[in-house]
Amino acid sequence: MHIVVCTKHTPDTEAKMTVDGAGNVSWGESPLIINPWDEYAVEEALVLRDEHGGKVTVISMGPQEALEALKHAVAMGCDEAIRIWDETCAGSDTLATSYVLARAIEQMGDVDLVLFGKSAIDAQTWQVGAAVAKRLGAPSLMYTIKVVELDPDARSITVERLLEEGRQVVSATLPAVVGTTKGINEPRYTSFIGIRKAAKMEYPAWSLDDVGAESDKVGASGSGVRWPEVFAPPAREGEAEMIEAETVEQQAAILVDKLLAEKVI
Amino acid sequence: MDFSLTSEQEMTRQMVREFAERKVSPVIKEYDRSHRPNLDALGRMAELGILGICIPVRYGGAGMDYICLGLACEELERVDTSLRVVMSVHTGLNCLGLFQWGSEQQKQRWLVPQARGERYAAYALTEPGAGSDVVALAATARREGDVYVLNGEKMWISLAAVAHNFLVFAKTDPRAAKAHRGISAFMVEREMAGVTTGDIHGKLGVRAGSTGWISLADVEVPVENRLGEEGEGFKIAMSCLDNGRYTVAAGATGLIRASLEASVAYAHERRTFGREIAEHQLIQQMIARMARDYEMARLLCWKAGWLKNQGQRNTRETSLAKWFATEASFTAASDAVQIHGAYGYSDEYDVERYLRNAKGACIYEGTSQIHELIQAGYALDHRGDRPLRCELPAYDPGYWQT
Ligand SMILES: Cc1cc2nc3c(=O)[nH]c(=O)nc-3n(C[C@H](O)[C@H](O)[C@H](O)COP(=O)(O)OP(=O)(O)OC[C@H]3O[C@@H](n4cnc5c(N)ncnc54)[C@H](O)[C@@H]3O)c2cc1C
Ligand SMILES: Cc1cc2nc3c(=O)[nH]c(=O)nc-3n(C[C@H](O)[C@H](O)[C@H](O)COP(=O)(O)OP(=O)(O)OC[C@H]3O[C@@H](n4cnc5c(N)ncnc54)[C@H](O)[C@@H]3O)c2cc1C
Repeated sequence: MHIVVCTKHTPDTEAKMTVDGAGNVSWGESPLIINPWDEYAVEEALVLRDEHGGKVTVISMGPQEALEALKHAVAMGCDEAIRIWDETCAGSDTLATSYVLARAIEQMGDVDLVLFGKSAIDAQTWQVGAAVAKRLGAPSLMYTIKVVELDPDARSITVERLLEEGRQVVSATLPAVVGTTKGINEPRYTSFIGIRKAAKMEYPAWSLDDVGAESDKVGASGSGVRWPEVFAPPAREGEAEMIEAETVEQQAAILVDKLLAEKVI
Repeated sequence: MDFSLTSEQEMTRQMVREFAERKVSPVIKEYDRSHRPNLDALGRMAELGILGICIPVRYGGAGMDYICLGLACEELERVDTSLRVVMSVHTGLNCLGLFQWGSEQQKQRWLVPQARGERYAAYALTEPGAGSDVVALAATARREGDVYVLNGEKMWISLAAVAHNFLVFAKTDPRAAKAHRGISAFMVEREMAGVTTGDIHGKLGVRAGSTGWISLADVEVPVENRLGEEGEGFKIAMSCLDNGRYTVAAGATGLIRASLEASVAYAHERRTFGREIAEHQLIQQMIARMARDYEMARLLCWKAGWLKNQGQRNTRETSLAKWFATEASFTAASDAVQIHGAYGYSDEYDVERYLRNAKGACIYEGTSQIHELIQAGYALDHRGDRPLRCELPAYDPGYWQT
């Protein structure tokens, strides 16, 4: 089995985002970390590899800082890591990002399974996984909460998807693209052996040429999305009202009346 | 000069931080309130290899350096003191003591399982009648053929009720002219007949940590359990403290950071007189001091850790780091409570726990007064360091990781 995990580096969850007058987004000094949702994808890949053999390659399209995400994945136990970058990649939307990732995966040739996190905590489009599946012409199994069965010999995979209305069990042929969700597993901590490996490893950087991608399909010029304006959302204003009464029962009754009056219930 | 952490150190910090935030932070109040050690988290720490973090892989450890040990302590104590105390006694005082002074056989027998976290270890120096005045200890070890017969009471011992192995100091020559030359060190195992332990209740802080007593009644300890030579116990005890104090200092640094983080967050939340309290200069002053002390404590710890990595003697630097960082952590925690007002005085917030925990660190592993005396001693040339028969080996990645 050759499993590929796609990951992105994101600012730490505690980072404070600011937007300046010109629409430039900044995360300040915040350290960059692996997109937290991608840890579920890495964990699932490691579990499947340990069960079925083979290797896990983690890839990311991103500048030098993306190494932080790759290192974390290697420190968790991934076998290989590849960063894909070219200055022209800057400003890529999901269309362009998925194009580059799909090209890179095709370049590897022998990939059986591609895993994604559910979304990236910064841009949150939830699109890249499905878009890569479409480009690869592979089945797209997004919102997977459980891998029910993986049969490398029969070239098939069965997963349980978490949908709003309930759960759905679907089977597909390999190679397939799986989008993981929180709850599919509990991501492991990095290990000291992994940390040492990650610190020493060489991280090949593939260029657009290396993956056979055309430069006019990536970056801002290759993107369908335009960002005419970027601004920080206005701070949410809320008012808290303390309900005072003699007893808890009275407080509850007042609360219910208020909720009815506000048509909340 | 280079103040940056290596990739390994940075990832180690991140890993321990994640562990502390995921595994300790959500439950610490519960354990602290009920005065129970979090053995579940301790077990996970063992599995992750944190308990043997800076011990070479060949001795069951994780093969990281001494800076990583400090970073792990900082990250643990940023969330709670009790698991850092485990690092101090298990890793700093006991494992590194074995690593420095133990014979190959002793390392295989005790260090390997301890570094793997299969056996927990403690350090038993203090007695009811002897704390700062170590040579006043009254426990005795009487040689009888192939065994020493140990008798005595140890008090205020971290992990007393939890540990499997104890590094015990006792007098082999109670009448030695130079009293410190009469002390020897022994590895005592819980299973040995005559060993009983118990917890001390009613502590001000470190309530999620086990602190207790050990009673030794005619415990027969084989000669091969003696660490170092007969009469070398005092030197061993002191050299172990060079490592234990380093972990305490690094932990206190984490406690300052925790106080700072909590204070900054609350200063933005709380409003008085029409503005955030962060706008009041007297609040800013307390926060500025925490920021200053965090930076200073961290630099002192890194210096001590760097000296350890180089294999250089660091008794003075480690004592300085421990003295400064623990006192600064107590001030930081106290100011954090002040900034939180009445809410800081309640256990709904974490800062009151920081304050209770910080006080302990100004007492154990050398009280602040003892460290002042040590520093004065160095400054006035009243004391100096003589080479030891066994020095703590310098960090060598090649040797550590194979
Ligand atoms: C600071 C900033 C500036 C931006 N500037 C622009 C811009 O100028 N124009 C524009 O159109 N868009 C811009 N974007 C958004 C950009 O479109 C998306 O970040 C990107 O396309 C990925 O989409 P997503 O983050 O929503 O990922 P999602 O679709 O939410 O992510 C799903 C999963 O896809 C995988 N994944 C996502 N990205 C990568 C990657 N790079 N490498 C490997 N795997 C990946 C991960 O597994 C992830 O969990 C910007 C985003 C940020 C944070
Ligand atoms: C939570 C906790 C955990 C502990 N864990 C361990 C452990 O794992 N192993 C272990 O062996 N011990 C442990 N101890 C014991 C600790 O190391 C001792 O309490 C400490 O060394 C001080 O000894 P003492 O309490 O007997 O105080 P004393 O030595 O009696 O000191 C009382 C006071 O006198 C001051 N003083 C003493 N001598 C002088 C002097 N010459 N000049 C000026 N002032 C002086 C001291 O600073 C202190 O203020 C622990 C203690 C605590 C609170």
